[in-house]
Amino acid sequence: KCGLAGPVLDVLSRRPGWQQAKDEEEWDFLWCDVSWLRENFDHTYMEEHVRICHFRNHYELSRKNYLVKNLKRFRKQLEREAGKLEAAKCDFFPKTFEMPSEYHLFVEEFRKKPGITWIMKPVGRSQGKGIFLFRKLKDIIDWKKVRKTMVEKQFLERGNCMLFLSQDGVRTDEQKDETQIETYVAQQYIENPYLIGGRKFDLRVYVLVTSYIPLKAWLYRDGFARFSNTRFTLNSIDDHYVHLTNVAVQKTAPDYDPEKGCKWMIQQLRQYLTAKHGAGSVEVLFADMDNIFIKSLQSVQKVIISDKHCFELYGYDILIDRDLKPWLLEVNASPSLVASSQEDYELKCHLLKDTLHIVDMEGRLTGKEKRVGGFDLIWNDGPVSREGNLGAPVNGNFMANTHLGCYNDRKQQLKQLFRTLSAQQTA
Amino acid sequence: MLDPDSGLSLTIARIVRRLQGSSLHSQLERQARVSLHKPEIKLESLKEDIKDFLKTSGWEKKLQNAVYSELNVFPSPCHPAAPPEHMKEPLAYMRKAQGSWEKRILKSLNSMCTELSIPLAQKRPASEQKELLNKWNEMGTDEPDLSLFRPVYAPKDFLEVLMNLRNPNYENGEQPSFRNHLGLIQVPLKVKDIPELKEDFSELGLNTGQLGIDDSAQVPPEFFENEHVRVGQKVLAEQDSAAAQQYVRQGCPTALRADLWALILNISNQPEDILYYEQLKSNVIQYDLLVDSLIYKDVKLTASNDDYYFVFEDYLYQVLLCFSRDTSVLEHFTYSSATPPKSYIRGKLGIEEYAVFYPPNGVIPFHGFSMYVAPLCFLYHEPSKLYQIFREMYVRFFFRLHSISSHPSGIVSLCLLFETLLQTHLPQLFYHLREIGAQPLRISFKWMVRAFSGYLATDQLLLLWDRILGYNSLEILAVLAAAVFAFRAVNLMEVTSLAAAEAVLADLSTLKVMPLLQIFLFATVT
Repeated sequence: KCGLAGPVLDVLSRRPGWQQAKDEEEWDFLWCDVSWLRENFDHTYMEEHVRICHFRNHYELSRKNYLVKNLKRFRKQLEREAGKLEAAKCDFFPKTFEMPSEYHLFVEEFRKKPGITWIMKPVGRSQGKGIFLFRKLKDIIDWKKVRKTMVEKQFLERGNCMLFLSQDGVRTDEQKDETQIETYVAQQYIENPYLIGGRKFDLRVYVLVTSYIPLKAWLYRDGFARFSNTRFTLNSIDDHYVHLTNVAVQKTAPDYDPEKGCKWMIQQLRQYLTAKHGAGSVEVLFADMDNIFIKSLQSVQKVIISDKHCFELYGYDILIDRDLKPWLLEVNASPSLVASSQEDYELKCHLLKDTLHIVDMEGRLTGKEKRVGGFDLIWNDGPVSREGNLGAPVNGNFMANTHLGCYNDRKQQLKQLFRTLSAQQTA
Repeated sequence: MLDPDSGLSLTIARIVRRLQGSSLHSQLERQARVSLHKPEIKLESLKEDIKDFLKTSGWEKKLQNAVYSELNVFPSPCHPAAPPEHMKEPLAYMRKAQGSWEKRILKSLNSMCTELSIPLAQKRPASEQKELLNKWNEMGTDEPDLSLFRPVYAPKDFLEVLMNLRNPNYENGEQPSFRNHLGLIQVPLKVKDIPELKEDFSELGLNTGQLGIDDSAQVPPEFFENEHVRVGQKVLAEQDSAAAQQYVRQGCPTALRADLWALILNISNQPEDILYYEQLKSNVIQYDLLVDSLIYKDVKLTASNDDYYFVFEDYLYQVLLCFSRDTSVLEHFTYSSATPPKSYIRGKLGIEEYAVFYPPNGVIPFHGFSMYVAPLCFLYHEPSKLYQIFREMYVRFFFRLHSISSHPSGIVSLCLLFETLLQTHLPQLFYHLREIGAQPLRISFKWMVRAFSGYLATDQLLLLWDRILGYNSLEILAVLAAAVFAFRAVNLMEVTSLAAAEAVLADLSTLKVMPLLQIFLFATVT
């Protein structure tokens, strides 16, 4: 059963042996959106084999304020356990403060670094809505006043409901509803993004998680870089179109030309960077990105409600700065699966097909695979090496089993894989 | 016939003449003088010691590279008594055809000029100059009204001219049949056949490692790729142009490509080169040319709409606007069949003292011209270096793709080579396409004129251009065009119209260039 039209529906409909369940019918596999999840998950009984495309509390990763909290907590833990150097590997997230609860902490930081730009983002919204940039405290003092009166109003209306969040533990649904309306994060704006042709861009990378305990994560080889249509300059803070690279925002810019397509495939980007900086620096950049994926998932590992029925396909948004350091902007639990062009459509169809192969409702895989189609297994309760079989001891030079931006010959790989598997089964 | 010795001495004399007075010459002199202070240089063996010094310090290599570059670019003199037109183009009827084609282009340009009442060139007012200087790095954001401008010509107009080329000394009264040529080009030029091509392109053979084939995911890098990269690094360390040219025949590793191409083209981005570029830039700021609008229009129509090149829009303006004002480009007209168009200061039509070349570099851009520059933006990011690489590529290769000449790398020969290969090795396909009114050249012409830029995926295009540089010839474009037809032959046999044939060949972005070339040249049964 599928709640969304477009590539998802197409891929599911065309899968051999699958049939779309009608409205009230029982389903074995559900591709739903998060609102359905919120309303129905707790009351739905799922049999052993059933699969659903979200984790109950995915917002621990996808809501900007929760992600920040989880990362900060994880970083502290790492520092305690493994020292400062290891903890520094978590410094891929720009300084962020939840608003209005951490307002004072924010002001302290703001005063330490006068003149830099900050970006204000609502935690729950997507596609670039409600975002603005600012440099002066005055800009948000006004905003805060407006918010405060709204908050106080709601507080009075709801009696003694808790508005602000507890530090850890599971948040109730009502609390989330309220924070949906009010909470923003103020984040240090990355003022030196890597530019190509004078334009800013960010990366969309897909990571599939099939289980959190133990953590099993797959990285898709394809992805794309989304370009801003206009040249980057810090002079025009109000110009959303310059700074926000979401396709949704760019589509409304006055000189947007749909024929132009502001996307590059990651392979193209990888080639460009290799030609410019050499293979060594690019390897380091991509290794740093792998680090982002793993550490972010590890930080929510203990908080996410692990459920064997669940899997989730995340869309990671990464920004690269001029020193070739990648920054995590956000994680999307419902990455857009709407296609903006033929090439885009194909990418998303292949992505979904391979996701379904890994979820493996047909029961074809052995569980020892390191690669399925365009997905490479990057974490299996531990790092996965390129060499050797899964589970074999790591020896000598460890090379991570990640191939982001590399050649994706998924069709051949799948053919070979399924051929071997059916041979094994008949044997 | 010219005997080899006098030919050689003529060549040497010419190269010496060209290099004398160049900056390399003065640098060598300076180095030699500086070396006098060194203890190794002794008065008794002054000449030998200085020569040794120049060798060890790498200056001899630089001289070698410069000489090699000259040899590559300039054709050998045919005969001491031959008039200069012969270096441009030995065949008279070709010269005539090129001349009339140029007249047509210039007429078209002039009429556009009068229609729109825009002068060919004018000085910019100070305020406009200042504005342009501020916007130099983002000229793409400008949206001038270009609706009244049209490109001076498009590749298909040029094809019509080529189709009508005839050698007046050649009587071909027979009806076209399989015994002679069935294609669009009807001039008797000598083109190579597959056995000759196999010899010429021997490094593309099945037994030699190639980037574009042997670096694919299935092949472990130890077999070829790692060693190839090591060799490439060595070549760069030696700074040897000739070795680099030999090396890139097997493809360039992505990380080394920019430096290798610069080495082959002998571009070192010296301070005087940067200064020259800055001069051109200030020329752009001060004067406005009509061709600027043509360039703008071309970039907006082609590169800006390309999925991958749109990002480089600003660089394209920075290169092409300067290119039109670069009078050093006029040098290439000594060996090109083309002649730069002349224009006259207002009111002095016909008076030679008031004649100027227009545009200053003598090259009128046509529809798709900016695509020659776009792929280079992937490799070079510093404007002056990007500019020099493009200029060198233009005066070595690209100019042959839009001028009428008998040169083996000229577009006429390429078209004939393409048609001959197709007719000889895929006769059924050729005949079928001809019957349905879809002459193959009508489809492949635009690919060849643009050197496949904008049709192939960027990485594949760069692999192709590696080989153009490596073999110092554009013939590979014709071979690739034929290989593409061979690859899609099955589908093409089923189409029944030109439009359908175009559709089958509309999307080349998934093609892998090297396997196609290898199969066509080395693995097809002839």
